[in-house]
Amino acid sequence: MFLHLSYRAAPGNPWFSWQYVRDNSDTILAALREHTWLTARAVVIAALVALPLAVAAYWFRSLAASILALTGVLYTIPSLALFAFLAPYLGIGAITVLTVVALYALLVIVRNTLAGLNQVPPEVREAAEGMGYGRWGRLFRIELPLALPGILTGVRLATVSTVALVTVGVVVGRGGLGQLIFAGFQNNFYKAQIMTGTVLCVLLALVLDLILAGVGRLLTPWLRGRVS
Amino acid sequence: MNPVKQAVVWLNDPLNWTNPGGVLDRLGEHLSMSALAVLLGCLVAWPIGLWLGHSGRGGGLVLLVSNVTLAIPTLALLTILPLTFLGFGRSAVVVALAVFAVPPLLANAYTGVRQADPEARDAARGMGLSGGQVLRRVELPLAVPYLAAGFRTAAVQVVATAALASFVNGGGLGQIIRAGFGLDIAAGGGQIIAGGVLVAGLALLVEGILAVLERVVTPRPLRRVSRRANRRAAAATAGG
Repeated sequence: MFLHLSYRAAPGNPWFSWQYVRDNSDTILAALREHTWLTARAVVIAALVALPLAVAAYWFRSLAASILALTGVLYTIPSLALFAFLAPYLGIGAITVLTVVALYALLVIVRNTLAGLNQVPPEVREAAEGMGYGRWGRLFRIELPLALPGILTGVRLATVSTVALVTVGVVVGRGGLGQLIFAGFQNNFYKAQIMTGTVLCVLLALVLDLILAGVGRLLTPWLRGRVS
Repeated sequence: MNPVKQAVVWLNDPLNWTNPGGVLDRLGEHLSMSALAVLLGCLVAWPIGLWLGHSGRGGGLVLLVSNVTLAIPTLALLTILPLTFLGFGRSAVVVALAVFAVPPLLANAYTGVRQADPEARDAARGMGLSGGQVLRRVELPLAVPYLAAGFRTAAVQVVATAALASFVNGGGLGQIIRAGFGLDIAAGGGQIIAGGVLVAGLALLVEGILAVLERVVTPRPLRRVSRRANRRAAAATAGG
């Protein structure tokens, strides 16, 4: 990916320049789009894998310990090392970035979902059992809805950290906005470009977090009016 | 030859370890900048966290700090700070890493003081201890498990993040991975994986050593609290 820079309107290398944003709007938008798309796919894939895993850990206590230990170890492994392990096999490209960030998002969502499920009061569980709910019915009608706040916290945390983590994808040339930041650094430390990438990154995290918070409010109407 | 075999070969070449810019040099850089960053983080975060916890104000601030730092990409700080008054070199990298050490240290210092038994605090006040004395003699000892848990989380995070310093040629073990990517995936695959093993191994080693250390510094009656503090520390800092 080549970034075409315009230096003519930026004498003295300012921290921000509208001229730069106007002249390079195509590149900036492409980077933003790639970043958003990578984040969205990673979080959705992670959530789809994480929910069954968390339910399995919730049902089978013996699995819970090993799943939590495994996610703990995986979480300690630095992102750059994970890129290093996967890149020789998955190649240089978006699929490697997607796998790495989805793995980290997965850990966050599994842990928070499990915490949410474990918070379901035993009385509620027993009452549901007494009313004749089976294992699946109880899961979908009682336990998952009650664990929803935990799940949503997990998804929000995962989304915000994924937005930041995608930038490390620079190492395989697919870092979304990270690409912008990194190219700015390499092209004579062009501050306006670095700053634009950074601000967009933080804004993207903020906007996605707000959207998810709104979705969470819609999904859990019974919590409204209560201080969370 | 597959990449894993190449990596074994790379790791078994003594020159890769002892050359200038070899593993030993990089390990030294990695550890020294991580240690400085954690030290700087402690110097900033602990006094503030303890004081906020003692006065019972600023819970929102602590939460805000950890949320905001979660959203800031490491790469951005690493590239921005050298362009400020800090200038290029070690100090900019250390400050960037320290920023990511602050949230776990701050949150745990704050929680550690806040969770101190209110009755113990009242008893100390009743005995005529001043505010500072209560903090020093009652709240601080009770907060030790939390401080230790925060220290461990922060240190592991900094050691992990220090690998990214290689993006701005800041040194450290990440440099080996970057150099491998620079070669080409076919030629450098072994070196990339070898670097990954070193970076991941170091992070896991630091985590293990600090877990033992944490157990040692926690007084026996507080060890149950310590496990709870660890869970909180993990929940407070779900960053990459």
